Amino acid sequence: MDLQAFQTLWFLLIAVLFTGFLFLEGFDYGVGILLPFVARKDEERRIVINTIGPVWDGNEVWLLTAGGAMFAAFPNWYATLFSGFYLALFLILVALIVRGVAFEFRSKDNAPRWRSLWDWAIFIGSALPALLWGVAFGNILRGVAIDASMTYVGTFFDLLNPYSLVGGLVTLTLFILHGALFLELKTDGVIQERVSSFARRLWLPVTLVAVVFVVLSLFETDILENLNPANVLGLVAAVAGLLATGYFIFKARYGRAFLGTSLTVVGVVALIFGTLFPRVMPSTLGFDLTIYNASSSFYTLQVMSVIALTLVPVVLAYQAWSYWVFRKRLTTESHLEY
Amino acid sequence: MDALTLARLQFGITTVYHFFFVPLSLGLSIMVALMQTIYVTRGDEKYKQMAKFWGKLLLINFAMGVVTGIVQEFQFGMNWSEYSRFVGDIFGAPLAVEALVAFFIESTFLGVWIFGWDKLSKRVHLAAIWLVAIAANISAFWILVANSFMQNPVGYTIAESGRAEMTDFFALIQNPNVWLQFPHVVLGGLTTAAFFVLGISAFHLLRNKTGDLQPFYASVRMGLIIGTVAVLATMLFGHAQGQRMADTQPMKLASAEGLWESEDPAGLSMFQIGNEKDRTSIVNIRIPSLLSFLSYNTPDGMVHGINQLQAEYEAQYGPGDYVPPAIWLTYWSFRAMVGAGVLMFVLGIVGSIRFFRNNLGNGKGKWLLRLLMVAIFLPYLANTTGWLLTEMGRQPWIVQGLMTIDQAISPNVTIEMLWISLIGFTLIYGLLMVADIYLLQKYARHNMDGGDTLIPWAGSSEPENAENKARYEGAY
Repeated sequence: MDLQAFQTLWFLLIAVLFTGFLFLEGFDYGVGILLPFVARKDEERRIVINTIGPVWDGNEVWLLTAGGAMFAAFPNWYATLFSGFYLALFLILVALIVRGVAFEFRSKDNAPRWRSLWDWAIFIGSALPALLWGVAFGNILRGVAIDASMTYVGTFFDLLNPYSLVGGLVTLTLFILHGALFLELKTDGVIQERVSSFARRLWLPVTLVAVVFVVLSLFETDILENLNPANVLGLVAAVAGLLATGYFIFKARYGRAFLGTSLTVVGVVALIFGTLFPRVMPSTLGFDLTIYNASSSFYTLQVMSVIALTLVPVVLAYQAWSYWVFRKRLTTESHLEY
Repeated sequence: MDALTLARLQFGITTVYHFFFVPLSLGLSIMVALMQTIYVTRGDEKYKQMAKFWGKLLLINFAMGVVTGIVQEFQFGMNWSEYSRFVGDIFGAPLAVEALVAFFIESTFLGVWIFGWDKLSKRVHLAAIWLVAIAANISAFWILVANSFMQNPVGYTIAESGRAEMTDFFALIQNPNVWLQFPHVVLGGLTTAAFFVLGISAFHLLRNKTGDLQPFYASVRMGLIIGTVAVLATMLFGHAQGQRMADTQPMKLASAEGLWESEDPAGLSMFQIGNEKDRTSIVNIRIPSLLSFLSYNTPDGMVHGINQLQAEYEAQYGPGDYVPPAIWLTYWSFRAMVGAGVLMFVLGIVGSIRFFRNNLGNGKGKWLLRLLMVAIFLPYLANTTGWLLTEMGRQPWIVQGLMTIDQAISPNVTIEMLWISLIGFTLIYGLLMVADIYLLQKYARHNMDGGDTLIPWAGSSEPENAENKARYEGAY
């Protein structure tokens, strides 16, 4: 394999890591956002949190791995993105900190105010990143002001353009629906009823926002000049996934509906990364960051490929096992230790 | 303050804070795994109580380490983008490997361990905590591989583009620096955990409330054995690091010793008041030849002073200030770290002698139990000052000899942005520290068998709890 092949491989691998991250953490953001609304009593909240309790941390590691992979394989991408989106990332970090601690701290004191505080921390800590990841990807897709030294020279407020904000709404609403369907599969009784009713009401708004986003993309991005199998298939998958979700929610077949939102998440990532390729951050100033000018050396990519291709399957295997261990629905009869 | 100072301050605060939690997680996960191993192999219920009790404290601590670690991974790109571009080819690799080999295991199996007490067989559940403990410590290895490159760059070449590029991955993981630093950190983690266990157990022995104190006696035994051995070993590896420093980072050694002028033989300063502006000392009490001896195992040998090294570096790297910015800090950090280590070792020895002669607890050796309670803070002091010395002593280099800190900063991150993030992180971290300490002290006070408070759903008003509790207790 030559250098270009490795660069393409790592672009793919990072796309895969983001897919894993958005698919997995997508539903646990959704669960966190729904928590105050679908669970009212303390015990109900415990059940809802326990649906993701054993797995949310592992889900988040997909993000950390994506970040690490970006740093190792495309240092310039990592440096430009993270310094350029500084305040947005700061907010995401604060949200992730508060959220992670909340899962752990919430149950450790019985005072209602203590619990309510951490429940809202979980809500905000889930909602903010769910929104901001969409805003970030919207901006990447649309292109931002990157100069000849690969430095982002725009401001924080430039990132809050309408198109990217709609992108944020896409991820936010999609993750809520994704999370609602996950909860539907993991709970029963009153929580399940509330979640189902949420899911039924959510489908239309999600679809509308998604349609607006796709239409805006035709004008705001250069997707039409960059049509390729990846983004076309991605779009088809995203649309098919959403339609299937609607159909199966209507039929009350929630397992299949969850597969529908999953397909949509995968499709959206394919759409984004397919449109970008071989760029990683298009520049509005004509200095695109690409997999070629942002990448590490041949040697590093080679070493990292051996390591990643050996380990990713192993990771997938034991994460899948952990989901299998905790596959049962959680009810008030469950052992709710923790 | 200028952008560079703010960015450094933020890195310092977030990193020191992160490392308040990491060592305890590293060491305590191993100790809990050991306790659970004894429970599973011998069936001794006492050790199950211990694993649950210390495990609870581990979890409260672990969460803080995990979430503050995310900041660490993102911060290089956010604040140090030019550094990231320069060394990404090398530095990014261990971070990515860490996530893949360690972080995934740790996070997945921690969830399995927490929620799996009654879902898995005893042995599989035991394997889960071992995987967490091993992965956490492997994670430390990869982070230290990355850090060691900053202290002692190896396995690289400077490409035409001016970037550092990796030429030998194995040189990176065989960096002599990491093979001293890694055991030093892991053993420091065990020391931290052992003294944490000792201090809290001492509290319970002192209080001597009704209830079964046996698990706390067993904890003291474990803490004394592990703590005494670990702190001694930590110091030995630290000593070896000091000797290496004399070769690879003489400026750091000189700043740790407040040694302004080269000397042969060099004396070891015990107490110094220096004048950093003129780079001289005002008061300096010293033991002759001892620094040479510590550096080279012989009574003489040249130890380079700050002023000579500065002149040398100017000749080598061009004009500039190559002296770390706060000699008082590196000097006193070093003394605080070593002092804390020696104190812990003495406490470990004295404690062991008394304990194994049945002279501790049950009304005996109260003064020592009180000291052990206070000694919880010693490893924290040593961990923090150790890193302050390691990182401050390397300044102004971010990568020793290759890149200085002022070249490393993100050019587009403004002072306003830095203030926002600095204040934001500090505020959040401060609040979380309050919540964390509140919970730690709350759970540390619980009895191991005092039943209720340790069983999480007790005290809540839900009626199903009695039933749950029964099921829980019948589960084994």
